[in-house]
Amino acid sequence: MTPDQCKYSSEHEWVYLDDDGVGLVGISQHAADSLGDVVFVDLPIVGDSMTQFGKMGEIESVKAFSELFSPVGGEVVEVNNILNDAPDLVNESPYEKGWMIKIKLNDASELDNLMTMSEYDNFVIQSEGN
Amino acid sequence: MSSPFTPNTEEHRKKMLATIGMDSVEDLFKDIPEKVRNPNLNLPKAMSELDLRAYASELSSRNVSAGEYTSFLGAGSYWHHIPAVVSSIASRGEFMTAYTPYQPEVSQGTLQVAYEFQSMICQLTGMDVANAGMYDGSTSLAEAALMACRVTRRNKVAILNSTSPLYTDVLDTYVQAPGIDLEIVEEGHMTLGDEIACLIVQQPNFFGYLEDMQNLANIAHDAGALLVVSVDPVSLGMFNPPSDYGADIVVAEGQGIGVPMSYGGPYVGIFACRQEFVRQMPGRIVGKTLDTQGKEAYVLTLQAREQHIRREHATSNICTSVALISLMMTVYLACMGKQGMRKVAELCYHKAHYAASLISAIPGFSIVEYGTGIFFREFTVRCPVPPKEVNQSLLEKGIIGGFDVSEYSENGLLLCVTEMNSREDIENLSDALREIGES
Repeated sequence: MTPDQCKYSSEHEWVYLDDDGVGLVGISQHAADSLGDVVFVDLPIVGDSMTQFGKMGEIESVKAFSELFSPVGGEVVEVNNILNDAPDLVNESPYEKGWMIKIKLNDASELDNLMTMSEYDNFVIQSEGN
Repeated sequence: MSSPFTPNTEEHRKKMLATIGMDSVEDLFKDIPEKVRNPNLNLPKAMSELDLRAYASELSSRNVSAGEYTSFLGAGSYWHHIPAVVSSIASRGEFMTAYTPYQPEVSQGTLQVAYEFQSMICQLTGMDVANAGMYDGSTSLAEAALMACRVTRRNKVAILNSTSPLYTDVLDTYVQAPGIDLEIVEEGHMTLGDEIACLIVQQPNFFGYLEDMQNLANIAHDAGALLVVSVDPVSLGMFNPPSDYGADIVVAEGQGIGVPMSYGGPYVGIFACRQEFVRQMPGRIVGKTLDTQGKEAYVLTLQAREQHIRREHATSNICTSVALISLMMTVYLACMGKQGMRKVAELCYHKAHYAASLISAIPGFSIVEYGTGIFFREFTVRCPVPPKEVNQSLLEKGIIGGFDVSEYSENGLLLCVTEMNSREDIENLSDALREIGES
């Protein structure tokens, strides 16, 4: 999986859909860089149901506290519990070791509400311009 | 109108009013109905400082205080000896703030005290982590309930009916806004559903008696709920710490250890929990670290739920700390040590039992047992007449009586005996009660 295969939300979460209809979710490199050193990630538990753009968890860095929003709706099937002890993986490797949850999507068409990587990159440049 | 305390010139005032589009200062208050806006207060004429002092001391002399009279009143606020070193240290100018020291570079002393405070609470309760203090025992208990809901993701809390009704009232207030259900449960008739976040128990209970904590812990844990214990810290000088019976969150009122009763406050709340729940803990934790020169230094380490970190997402709001009161508690504990705490607890226990043995022998009076029936320094007495009358008669004999619990226990009077009550005081109480019984 590479960042250009992911879809992005305006809240800076990415999702990568695998062949089984399971979406891998994390936050973008841009979000991780803006937050600075992540010290805590609070994630849902397996079995929780997410709605698209609904609250997914919380992330705290040395600079700020932010809420996490799920880029897609569905059931949480796996959680990256390693982040409990090593939240800095979100900074080091936001697309690989720093992944957050896996969601069994309810409706794959929700992906159409998200941005491609190049759209997201433009979005970031524009929001920073403002 | 100019005042030395609000030094704005007329020009400043005009400028400010113009900015917000007002003509006069009076306009700022026009939302308040005119008839209540500037009422004529029927106040006596101003006094000179000399007259005022004389007047105030006359008023003050109408009060009776513990010490002047012997006191057997407890129920949440306790009369204990406070060594002189406590006020001597607490009144030092360097410590004279109740505010949270956010700037470690100018607050090392205050932060170190908070660190020692936390460490001593962990030793006393046996818990893994303690925060730097809460407002008082009742709000600590309420915050523990909110925290248990966050930890378990459940929305209902159960409190044992032997908990202080005053604390239960505070809890009831705290759970209303977040929409948490509060259930008052009774031992022996308890079925905790799988929606209950925690079982809250006071140890010793409001009536003075120990609860069977191991059993209650099992009931809570079997239901997947946390056990929240509101403990009497003085009792920990001789009884098992809450960690022994599996408490998940421990709260307490710290007044009994180094803080005077002073009309009910300010007091200090104690809050401790298991390490695994630390991120959900309200308040602040002070930690020890090394500065850039490798020297020991103290800093605010964790304040995960607080508003300056989480803004509108904050889940606790202990913005003003109780630094000064927790300092008193810390000095007291440091001064007493493990042996001293044991000694105080034993004195309370033996004196309370001596009092109970005398009173139970008085015709018309009996000891009412709740929980396990084992008590520490408080016990409930059933009087032959309403406790209100008993207390009135005692007061006439120079004795501050107990706490009237007749609302919960028939003709019940909750008596408290501490190291401050001499053998003679206790015997005088017993004689006075005998007279009341005979009349």
